[in-house]
Amino acid sequence: MSMYKRALLFIFSVILASIGFVSFAQDTVLKLGSPISEEQLNEFDLIAGPDGTGFPSGSGTAAQGKQVFDTRCAACHALTGEGTSGNTVLVGGNMHSESPPLRTVGSYWPHASTLFDFIRRAMPADAPKSLTSEEVYQVTAYVLYLNGIVDQNTVINRESLIDVEMPNKDGFIDASQVR
Amino acid sequence: MTQEKLERVAGNGLLSRRHLLGIGLAGAGSVIANSALGADVGLQIPSWSKVPGPGASGYGNRSSHTEHMQRMSGNPNPTYPGGGSSRSPLAELQGTITPNSLHFERHHAGIPDIDPIMHKLVINGLVRQPLVFDYEDLLKYPMVSKIHFLECSGNSGSLLAPNPADGTAQSLHGLVSCAEWTGIPLSTLLDEAGIDPTARWVSAVGADAASMGRSIPIDKAMDDVLVALFQNGEPVRPEQGYPMRLFCPGWEGNISVKWLTQLKLTNEPSQFRDETSKYTDTLPNRSSLQFTFPMGTKSLITSPSGQMALNRQGIYQVTGIAWSGRGSIRRVEVSADGGRSWADAEIESHQSDKALARFRIPWEWSGRGAVLQSRATDSQGNVQPTRDAVLADRGRLSFYHNHCIQSWEINSNGGVANVYV
Repeated sequence: MSMYKRALLFIFSVILASIGFVSFAQDTVLKLGSPISEEQLNEFDLIAGPDGTGFPSGSGTAAQGKQVFDTRCAACHALTGEGTSGNTVLVGGNMHSESPPLRTVGSYWPHASTLFDFIRRAMPADAPKSLTSEEVYQVTAYVLYLNGIVDQNTVINRESLIDVEMPNKDGFIDASQVR
Repeated sequence: MTQEKLERVAGNGLLSRRHLLGIGLAGAGSVIANSALGADVGLQIPSWSKVPGPGASGYGNRSSHTEHMQRMSGNPNPTYPGGGSSRSPLAELQGTITPNSLHFERHHAGIPDIDPIMHKLVINGLVRQPLVFDYEDLLKYPMVSKIHFLECSGNSGSLLAPNPADGTAQSLHGLVSCAEWTGIPLSTLLDEAGIDPTARWVSAVGADAASMGRSIPIDKAMDDVLVALFQNGEPVRPEQGYPMRLFCPGWEGNISVKWLTQLKLTNEPSQFRDETSKYTDTLPNRSSLQFTFPMGTKSLITSPSGQMALNRQGIYQVTGIAWSGRGSIRRVEVSADGGRSWADAEIESHQSDKALARFRIPWEWSGRGAVLQSRATDSQGNVQPTRDAVLADRGRLSFYHNHCIQSWEINSNGGVANVYV
């Protein structure tokens, strides 16, 4: 066998071996997830974040929200949000003047987006996800209104909600980034 | 039997660990010996040795004589349907693995009845290709098994109240359990979707009625987090997240999202209700800590413990559990005099990282008052603090992540109670 043929054979076997390795590697890494588009996840993905992502279209005012709140929320939260038990108080509190402070949407929650996100995914507690997007915007507006954060006719939609400044917006420290 | 000389290692009756072995418990025999058997009655063959019992069965049950061992749950709250918790009976369990039926629970809207054929796990957001996985497909992936504790960050919170509650190991500390979790490393599934370099957080959402969500830093998600499909060898139970849950070793239990159905990669945390309004702690200066993930270095004497009664003087085995969210347990010390003197307890050697460790030490109760405490040190050198130290560090507005030393007072009648020292 000539030097030339030997070299060719060597190169050929290296190529064969590398093909074999690649195909082996592919066999051992399972990939069984099915592709899906974000559009197909529109109804499924309920995450409405503080950066404004994930909100549906629609809007509502506190004036509209009162009717929904009175019929769907007030049984636990009471008509003006003062609550019927420790966990259902929505209004009042002052983080700086009370000891211990009453921690509510108005006094404690740092992001308005959380209010929309939580109502949409988890409220009313006896029938979660039964409100329309319009109703979630309306009730969000009403709870903000009950806390004196927006007025009765402020239109709450995806843009205006993100601009709402919560009283305790600077009150949190991300402990995962400390040290 | 000859009375062996007892080696005392710390104040108020703590004895050398060597007395745990072999003939070590000399002296205990004389006080244990007064059994129910009358002196003039010989030992008889019991009735169950004279009749065949039932044969094998398809699914096992515990002895009817142990049915008193139950999880302890609070009263249902009509404004919080399905919400609440149940606590493991820590004082009645041994070893380090919690039976699945007695593993603590915490639900935010009850236990969903999930058909695994219909259940989906979605990965979306900042990925190359959003993906959806079926349960049957996930079962085909290579899995790993890890023994880890799980603890609710609200566990032991009542010890920060101004007055000590009259409680048990279960009622005060029962929101901790330990199991072998088997599942797929989360990194495997995230890599399959292709992580966008700008992704910093993963938002995990459950399929319960609350669609409970938590945000997890991407570094943790790619480190040791599992999509757990099995618990102690069997499919994860409904109350633990069937058909699958996230499992974040060492971190507060709430972030190991049950009934896992979505993982969304994002730049910033999603700021869910359960990482803003709840599971956050207010400091004396009125700023509040959020994303306080690792559980602290902690231990607890489970026997003797609150509401037990010592019915004789003599030698007892003091035993309990220790754990840390930052590593393994390197040392557990026990005091019988309220923290004035300490002795090293025996730690069983087969403990793993971020898992419960079982400790034991012999102790002679003289019939006088005593205060039993345990203090853990983990592999990072973190030492379990006193209650006073926790309060000095975090103030009185905090509730979650209390890992202070538990004090059990034994009074002269043998009663055991939760106290502050």
